[in-house]
Amino acid sequence: MQLSHIALFTAGSLLYAGFCPPRQRGWLLMIASVVALYWLQPTLTIFYLDFALPTATLALAAAVWWVTRPPENPPMLNGDDRLALALLAGLVLALSATRYLAPELRPTASRAPDVPPVALALLLLGLAGWALRRLFGVQRGALTAALVVLVALFIVLKTPPLAAGLAAALRGLTGQNQALAAPLDLEWLGFSYVAFRLIHTVRERQMGKLPALSLREYVTYIIFFPAITAGPIDRAERFVRDDRALLPAGENPAARLLTAPRLAEAGGRIGMGLFKKFVIADSLALLALNAVNAGQAQSAGALWLLLYAYAFRLFFDFSGYTDIAIGLGVLLGFKLPENFDRPYLKNNLAAFWQSWHITLSSWARFYVFSPLSRILLRHKVNAQAAVFLAQMATMLIIGLWHGVSGGFIVWGMWHGLGLFVHKWWSDRSRKWYLSLNQKPRLKTAWTAAGIFITFQFVTLGWVWFALPLETAWRAFLGLFGLVL
Amino acid sequence: MAKWDWLERPPAPYTPGFLARVLVKAALLFVALNAAFALLDPLPALGRLSLYNRLFPGRHRLPYGEDPARSYNLSLWSLEAMLESHEVARPKAAGEFRVLVMGDSSVWGVLLRPDETLAAYLDAGGYAAPDGRTMRFYNLGHPIMALTKDLMLLDAAMACQPDLILWPVTLQSFPRGQQLEAPLVQHNAAAVRRLIAAYGLALDPADPRLLDDSFLDRTIIGRRRDLADLLRLQLYGAAWAATGIDQFYPETYEPRRSDFEPDAAWQGLTPETGLPDDFLAWDVVEAFFARAGDLPVLLVNEPVFISSGQNSDLRYNFWYPRWAYDAYRSRLFERAQANGWPVLDVWDAIAPNEFTDSPVHLTPAGSRQLAGLIAPVLLKIAGQP
Repeated sequence: MQLSHIALFTAGSLLYAGFCPPRQRGWLLMIASVVALYWLQPTLTIFYLDFALPTATLALAAAVWWVTRPPENPPMLNGDDRLALALLAGLVLALSATRYLAPELRPTASRAPDVPPVALALLLLGLAGWALRRLFGVQRGALTAALVVLVALFIVLKTPPLAAGLAAALRGLTGQNQALAAPLDLEWLGFSYVAFRLIHTVRERQMGKLPALSLREYVTYIIFFPAITAGPIDRAERFVRDDRALLPAGENPAARLLTAPRLAEAGGRIGMGLFKKFVIADSLALLALNAVNAGQAQSAGALWLLLYAYAFRLFFDFSGYTDIAIGLGVLLGFKLPENFDRPYLKNNLAAFWQSWHITLSSWARFYVFSPLSRILLRHKVNAQAAVFLAQMATMLIIGLWHGVSGGFIVWGMWHGLGLFVHKWWSDRSRKWYLSLNQKPRLKTAWTAAGIFITFQFVTLGWVWFALPLETAWRAFLGLFGLVL
Repeated sequence: MAKWDWLERPPAPYTPGFLARVLVKAALLFVALNAAFALLDPLPALGRLSLYNRLFPGRHRLPYGEDPARSYNLSLWSLEAMLESHEVARPKAAGEFRVLVMGDSSVWGVLLRPDETLAAYLDAGGYAAPDGRTMRFYNLGHPIMALTKDLMLLDAAMACQPDLILWPVTLQSFPRGQQLEAPLVQHNAAAVRRLIAAYGLALDPADPRLLDDSFLDRTIIGRRRDLADLLRLQLYGAAWAATGIDQFYPETYEPRRSDFEPDAAWQGLTPETGLPDDFLAWDVVEAFFARAGDLPVLLVNEPVFISSGQNSDLRYNFWYPRWAYDAYRSRLFERAQANGWPVLDVWDAIAPNEFTDSPVHLTPAGSRQLAGLIAPVLLKIAGQP
């Protein structure tokens, strides 16, 4: 999101809070989120792909909504769902019709495809959905199939050679030069967040915990515009609680949006987010570690300087965006979950992961660590080995969420190993640590040492996160003066 | 007395009145700060606040960069900030004989590492002045072809206590019409006007190219670009300190041209019109010497690429037709003789293969060779008053 996006979102949110009739709020949010999905999508080199990918997001959301409906729901859509479906299709067609507007007035990344082919594509999508339902019905297997499709899509998009292969295939379809295919051809706005939200709803349905959601609620949850680019990854049942609280003021006093406390909270969060992102993070970006300057650093001290700049840049950039998302959410009547809680001031790695990208680490804890630990323990794997394996797998998944590359794998393993060592150490030092309560000065010193060590460990880990693997090795050794 | 308890005090519920008061106070503060900024114009003072030479080493050459992200360097207009970021801003050491090397992009060192420039090679020579002081050379070149820019920089750099000025020049910096073209000159209108008045330069102080700031331009909002540049210069200081890089070095570059069209024109002049005496800004050269006062100045007619390619009988290089350059050289010597300016003419001293992407940019070897040619002459005049 650029400043212009944020300014327009803020202004739009204020108008929404002040003037939108309460009964229309939910609908307006869905419409705004759909338009924002196309507006924020980066321009792509493959013809019409920057229109097709947001459309695919909507199609995926609608399809997964269908398979995650409670089994007891009637097979036919109710009135609201039919309206939502019609509205989605209408919006996609309307957005494609904006191709006739002047370029500066178009909300799409580039000129959209013409209306008839878009209408035909929507019709084919609908027919495919109908045929699949006729063939397989809505059964448990559909949930598993949805999971497989989402994970497969995720792997393809996040694995550079696979993404480049897919890009080449798409270039072949559009008659473009396949030799120029690159993973960046498939820069799909918010897909990482969308996919994890979709997977969350599938798993919750499989566990029978997902509340019944209307199509409008579900689509809005998946593509909620303040959180589409940088999270947080909210939970559906929490999101829908806020959504349903957007009732007429007479029926729900909490539904008045334009109140002084709300404006103060939203203004404060958005202002803080803008400062973090556009002043601090963008300034630090001028000297933050990257693949070029890592090879130019003249000393170990210089590399540490670049690395610290990267560590703080990453935090202020990401947490700044989160603040903006939360602030916009407040204006719109949603209390999005916090994603950061002073992570660099935590005195151990477990606490760091409870305060850094909280919603992603919670997601991984729910859907990877806990089930995997249970399975391993059920299969009589030694408890310590089970914890080790589950922690490594969880951190690997978090690493791979950022991209399938050697650097992210090493970064995930770095943290997995760190968490295991931390647990091993804290299990053995618990009594001693508790005894520190009698010696406050020593406890303070120990806590400070813990903060320092944790920060250093996390910061060293960013080397693998920031750089391609081969550069990262050199930089890592260079930090200790071994290779320069 | 109000207690210092706001950290622990539970937050008061926000009311519309409270919010309105906050907004009004913020607006008033915003207006007041902007007005105060415009009235006080603290930009020069802010430019003198620098982490260079304190936290980071000073730059070996003046800030200039067309690709800041890759060069860890940027072009800005604040002369104070430019000089403060340079190593010349360090206090002069006892026993130091300070030589400022002024000039254009060839002195600054386009495509050259900081330790491959003329100033760097002279500095590496470890020369001693006749009075025994160690000669230290500072690269104050700036990649703009205009004598007025050199005069303006010298005027600012005189505060750095130089003992000698080395000033390589070339014809391309002389056209009078070009003296106020450079953005650095245009954005320092007050300094240029002062020099015009002090030395009676034949330049129009009301020239519209000199940018005058309105009251709004001088507010924080109006100065946001300048303020951001000051901040970026400091931030790039860390990257400069870490990498020693202050310029982007492309893997390949387009070499200076060797073949030319059969065209003998230069700056709208032809062999028929000749080179009118007032076409070149000799008054700026006179002002430069006057500003240097008692300090010795060595004027160097810098090396140029001499082509042997197509139509090289008409042109020495892409910039200079033979007739114009020859006329300039002869005028330079006439003026130098008349005014007593020490001049070293090395225009043809460097082999053609030591020029890179322009008729005056040298390779490291060419740069070293030039330093070797200049040093003996420099040592000779170093002891002269």
